[in-house]
Amino acid sequence: MINQLSWKVGGQQGEGIESTGEIFSTALNRLGYFLYGYRHFSSRIKGGHTNNKIRVSTTPVRAVADDLDILVAFDQETIDVNHGELHEQGIIIADAKFNPVKPEQTKAEMYVVPFTELAAELGTSLMKNMVAVGATCAVINLDVQVFTNVVEEIFGRKGEAVVQKNMEAIQQGYNYMLEQLGGKAGIMQLAPADGQQRMFMIGNDAIALGALAGGVRLMAAYPITPASEIMEYLIEKLPKVGGTVIQTEDEIAAATMAIGANYGGIRSFTASAGPGLSLMMEAIGLAGMTETPLVVVDTQRGGPSTGLPTKQEQSDLMAMIYGTHGEIPKIVMAPSTAEEAFYDTVEAFNLAEEYQCPVILLSDLQLSLGKQTVEPLDYSQVEIRRGKLVQEELPELDAKSYFKRYEVTEDGVSPRVIPGMKHGIHHVTGVEHDETGRPSEGAANRQAQMNKRMRKLGQIRFNTPVYKNAQHEEADLLLIGFNSTRGAIEEGMERLEQEGIKVNHAQIRLIHPFPTEEILPLIESAKNVLVVENNATGQLANIIKMNVGHVHKVKSLLKYDGNPFQPHHIYDGSKELFPLQGAVINGNV
Amino acid sequence: MATFKDFRNDVKPNWCPGCGDFSVQAAIQRAAANIGLTPDQLAVISGIGCSGRISGYIKSYGLHGIHGRSLPIAQGVKMANKDLTVIASGGDGDGFAIGMGHTIHAMRRNIDLTYIVMDNQIYGLTKGQTSPRSAQGFVTKSTPKGAIEGTVSPMELALTSGASFVAQSFSTDLKDLTAIIEAGINHKGFSIINVFSPCVTYNKINTYDWFKENLTKLSTIEEYDPSNRELAMNTLMQHNGLVTGIIYQDKERPSYQELVHGYADEPLASQDLQLGDEMFNDLVKEFI
Repeated sequence: MINQLSWKVGGQQGEGIESTGEIFSTALNRLGYFLYGYRHFSSRIKGGHTNNKIRVSTTPVRAVADDLDILVAFDQETIDVNHGELHEQGIIIADAKFNPVKPEQTKAEMYVVPFTELAAELGTSLMKNMVAVGATCAVINLDVQVFTNVVEEIFGRKGEAVVQKNMEAIQQGYNYMLEQLGGKAGIMQLAPADGQQRMFMIGNDAIALGALAGGVRLMAAYPITPASEIMEYLIEKLPKVGGTVIQTEDEIAAATMAIGANYGGIRSFTASAGPGLSLMMEAIGLAGMTETPLVVVDTQRGGPSTGLPTKQEQSDLMAMIYGTHGEIPKIVMAPSTAEEAFYDTVEAFNLAEEYQCPVILLSDLQLSLGKQTVEPLDYSQVEIRRGKLVQEELPELDAKSYFKRYEVTEDGVSPRVIPGMKHGIHHVTGVEHDETGRPSEGAANRQAQMNKRMRKLGQIRFNTPVYKNAQHEEADLLLIGFNSTRGAIEEGMERLEQEGIKVNHAQIRLIHPFPTEEILPLIESAKNVLVVENNATGQLANIIKMNVGHVHKVKSLLKYDGNPFQPHHIYDGSKELFPLQGAVINGNV
Repeated sequence: MATFKDFRNDVKPNWCPGCGDFSVQAAIQRAAANIGLTPDQLAVISGIGCSGRISGYIKSYGLHGIHGRSLPIAQGVKMANKDLTVIASGGDGDGFAIGMGHTIHAMRRNIDLTYIVMDNQIYGLTKGQTSPRSAQGFVTKSTPKGAIEGTVSPMELALTSGASFVAQSFSTDLKDLTAIIEAGINHKGFSIINVFSPCVTYNKINTYDWFKENLTKLSTIEEYDPSNRELAMNTLMQHNGLVTGIIYQDKERPSYQELVHGYADEPLASQDLQLGDEMFNDLVKEFI
């Protein structure tokens, strides 16, 4: 009996690899397993190797598994590229169609199943993915009937006959594989799940749902990997609340249209990735200068330039904190799970209105596209706070006067009125301006307005700026990360702890303004600090050094090959950092 | 009822004496009053350049944004609050150089707002460089041997980009200009109005006298029919674009907002932002 299964399906892009993984994982999620799926794909529509690695577990998992139990191969390349991940008891299930060859180095067993042929006999070779799912069921001893609902949902529209054929394909795959296994199902018997109904979603779904729950009515966006799912979800859902998505001509239009809509009184946002964010920088400055709320989602991917558009990276950090010329107040948030992405997105809209400034919600490709099990989200935790938005009638102004939209206040935040309100007329400009918004270049006014704007974030209230798992008052090692590295860090930490190394973990959720007070005690009480990030220059480590100090203690564990951290990277990287301590504590390294 | 004086504020424009933009400012103020708007029902969104300052010189809501982006900002404002009258404005550099992409897409998108371009065929605020509207051979600081590039033809461009209201005017014709702006505001959809607004400091070629000599009023062309797109295009080409009046109007075409699936009848800005438990739970179920 195993509590965890690592399963990968691979083939050529465009031949249904994604749907194979989708069907398999959706059914298992409904049985109450915890899943984590990560897709390897390329920037092309058809062709090129793609795979979907899915982890199934009876306990929560948030990282790509180190190794592989089952590799389902639709072509030889899948075997050649991925066999190295298989552990010794792992198996390959390969389509007979391409005469699969097992590499000499691999100790894994290979089973050849005629996926395509069996499917073709049933009417269409398109169903080969169903045959593969059925074959997997025989290995883990899963009743094929658990797929009935999922198959009905996908093919129901095409009629009962198509549903039946697909179920038949799964059954045939199961039967064929069972025979190969000598009639004994479940050479990898998966422990039963708890049957709880949980959500199964990618981070982008969580962000989009968060935006909807957070009161968004207009999204302006330009398609880009890995952000497009956010607009696609909202294109479907926003009309239900009277709103819409506008696909703009470019990202500059997306950001400025969102600014216009926020100025107009609604909650509006945009989402993009590095190239789009680069184009938006001037607009972000306008939002900062005019104190217009603006939420921008940045789903980080491999940069610079077009970089690695379908690969994992976390290298936009500095650009997001400092991007735009001049100086503005800005909030940068970085959720690390789909749950956090949902709640943080709601909060991003609240903070944008409360502090009247741009809020960047950072995600990364692994979080945005990785499909994961999520505990049901709680709507009672969703609150909408609009800050100093004036909603009551304003007192009459004399004909010459303007409303003091940029009144210098103690907390730096001024009352905000929206166009259309009586007695609220004021001017808004990206030029330095006085309290009514009129352009003003005077030195004293400049100082007063600059101070007012920069003062706003001085007392920022943020619920959990740092996710902490810090059991040790004095730790051998503090691991720090942001966004999707959380799962790999948690598992790496678990292994280090098993060896007696005391490890604390901090995942930064509020990147800017940096939560120095939260993180300082953890750094001071740790012998070693390792900052884990998917970039080449250690951007988070540098931000920590700038804000917290301890420049010699703060070390980096970096990965910028386009792939996510896996638990063993964290374990190995940590052990390298302090081999002596590790050896002493462990005694047998 | 508000008069055009209610749309005046006490800010002294930093335009040069004699600048064409003064008349555009006056025409907007008059058109708004004539239509029956009050200052709080109008939002003027402008770009960067001499003309971009116009939003600060009209007593109404206004946003002076970044160079070339008045249109996407204005479209966002209108989408947020369909009850507002939204005017976008800027110069020829703003609309036909840095912001050209937005101009074309705003025309094909057809959100109900009015775009007024103050076209002086020169970059004034940066002190006299060539613009996409400068004639070939035009000598400026940036084209000391004369401009090499061809000239953008905004009205022909508007016709081919699917604009539903295309008009041109001359800033000294205050009465005509006011009437055209009124017609643009009343048009259900996107209206583009290119206004020849001479720069008295840096453009010594396209002067007031030059325009008076070269412009043809469409009202003087017999049987001109602004609903005939082909005729509009031919007329523009025959006159090298130098005509004034409503060049083309498609009164049948619905605006973007009329076509958006599910778009609320009430202005979005006055909506309650809560989704409610029931809808939220339904959304959550889709992920199980």
